[in-house]
Amino acid sequence: MIKDDSIIKITKLNKWYGKFHALKDIDLSVGTTEKIVICGPSGSGKSTLIRCINRLEVHQEGSIKVDGIELSDDIKQITEIRSDVGMVFQHFNLFPHLTVLENCSLAPIWVRKKSKVEAEQMAMELLEKVRIPDQVNKYPGQLSGGQQQRVAIARALCMQPRIMLFDEPTSALDPEMIKEVLETMIELADSGMTMIVVTHEMGFANRVADRIIFMDEGQIVEQNDPDSFFNKPQSDRTKLFLSQILDH
Amino acid sequence: MSKSPLTLHRNPKFRAAIVQAALVFLVFYAFYSLYQTTVFNLEERGIRTSPSFFDQVAPFKVGFSPFLDFELGTTTYIKVFYIGVLNTLLVAVLGIIAATFLGFFIGILRSSNNWLAKKVALIYVEIFRNMPLLLQIMFWNFAIFLAFLPPPKQSLEFGSFFLNGRGLHTPVPIVEHSLLFKVWLGVVILSILLSFIFRRWAKIRFNNTGKSLPVLSISFSFIIIISISAFYILGQPLTVDIPVLGKFNFKGGGQLPLPLFSLWFALTIYTSAFIAENVRAGISSVSKGQIEAARSIGLTRSQMVKMIIIPQSMRVIIPPTISQYLNLTKNSSLAMAVGYEEVVAVWANISLNQTGQALIIIAMTIIFFEFCSLFTSFILNMYNKRIQITER
Repeated sequence: MIKDDSIIKITKLNKWYGKFHALKDIDLSVGTTEKIVICGPSGSGKSTLIRCINRLEVHQEGSIKVDGIELSDDIKQITEIRSDVGMVFQHFNLFPHLTVLENCSLAPIWVRKKSKVEAEQMAMELLEKVRIPDQVNKYPGQLSGGQQQRVAIARALCMQPRIMLFDEPTSALDPEMIKEVLETMIELADSGMTMIVVTHEMGFANRVADRIIFMDEGQIVEQNDPDSFFNKPQSDRTKLFLSQILDH
Repeated sequence: MSKSPLTLHRNPKFRAAIVQAALVFLVFYAFYSLYQTTVFNLEERGIRTSPSFFDQVAPFKVGFSPFLDFELGTTTYIKVFYIGVLNTLLVAVLGIIAATFLGFFIGILRSSNNWLAKKVALIYVEIFRNMPLLLQIMFWNFAIFLAFLPPPKQSLEFGSFFLNGRGLHTPVPIVEHSLLFKVWLGVVILSILLSFIFRRWAKIRFNNTGKSLPVLSISFSFIIIISISAFYILGQPLTVDIPVLGKFNFKGGGQLPLPLFSLWFALTIYTSAFIAENVRAGISSVSKGQIEAARSIGLTRSQMVKMIIIPQSMRVIIPPTISQYLNLTKNSSLAMAVGYEEVVAVWANISLNQTGQALIIIAMTIIFFEFCSLFTSFILNMYNKRIQITER
């Protein structure tokens, strides 16, 4: 693992929801341009973990450093980190009252203080990259799920983030649409983006990941490169999980 | 038979047309016979239905008429109708403005994270939403204001406003010099226009360069500075008549009589409880995912409220709030309980009793309320259409 140029460094992270211990002593560092896939059964804390990274969830113990900035209650630092960390959600969460183009140019204009012309130009470039250039003046409700998710990816990229977080980006999609979204994500990975992806798409993990992390009950059970992870899983829990998701 | 497979009596379109025609005929016939009966009954009692009474002098006093001059012995019935209409509109407009502000405030409290604020707002809504309005009007008027407000000599002072058992005395602007006042008005309107042009320019500049200006505060200070300096340069064409306590009552200024004050107060409180619920529903209709998405792209809290939460919740808030505005306008007719002289009281009640012209008077009152409601919903529906979300 690349320790020196790590862009995210998580140490002894603990989080509780009331009495429920959601994350237990998580240690994780992510190198620049590294692609990490997190998998595990539902309720294992994978989503919670990546949502802690941009402070959508507040952790109680331990530390998270993103790009050298420690996550604290300081609103200015949180905003700074959020504009450097893009996030893609399971349910897209596009703004339904804004057009595709407005969805993408909103944050560059208001957070990055770009001119509207410049922001829209960049948004158009990125929308072309995710293959939505013809639909820029439509509203999200007029697009298919797969198209919406690709717009959501473009919206996050418009902030020119250094890290992209994906929270089960294909779980709410039809099989055909899963493919188009995964292709976009593979292109993004090939362009050298640092990515943390929570997903059950093992084909994608195998193709893209530098490292696969398996979580269960709020802990990291096992982490390895895809080859070793799929072929020589160490723990029984991982073996059970893999047999359940690959055997049908 | 071979050409048209359906015989006429089995054709669904034909059958629907027949049923509808029959229904229309029945409805019209019912109305017609009702009209005939009423006219007949009125004529039995020696009342000929005719609008000629409009120009007769009304033999009763209308005490509150801030917009039209009322003079006992010369004012005609039709003018009484106009006075009633204006009084209804006055309390409706005042009530709608106040209920909107109060309702949004309570609704936002109700959606806040502060435990105390949330509970206070909840109790407010539940108390005032569940009590009959007539009871509330009488409660505020008789049990609170009449019982506890002091006589004029010990009025409660709020700057130049005085509240006492007879009502609220307010300062009133008076035009000293009508030509200079018009010049001054022109200057004010011009400065407002200029600030709109400035706003457009700032928007274009923002789109081109991304540099933003505090447009609102600049335009406001511009308008205020221009208006005030023009006001003094033109030698103060407008003065304010401040109510002064005389021997028994206030002299000068304007007066909101207590019935109007109580009615306005009760309508505001009652309607604001419903509007607060609409606001709460609107805010909670914005999903958590929207807020998370806004935060994840780095918007600040105020940017998120302005650009994500408000535009999305307004589309849920507006339609039911329109019907609250209509309700408030119609509910103002309960003013009879406290003696406020709105259209139902002076027209559909007193004038009707005096003239017996039930048909015309009731019809006019109905048409007035229908017109108010349709006009309000027409305006707000236009706004609503603009902000609805496009889907498919």
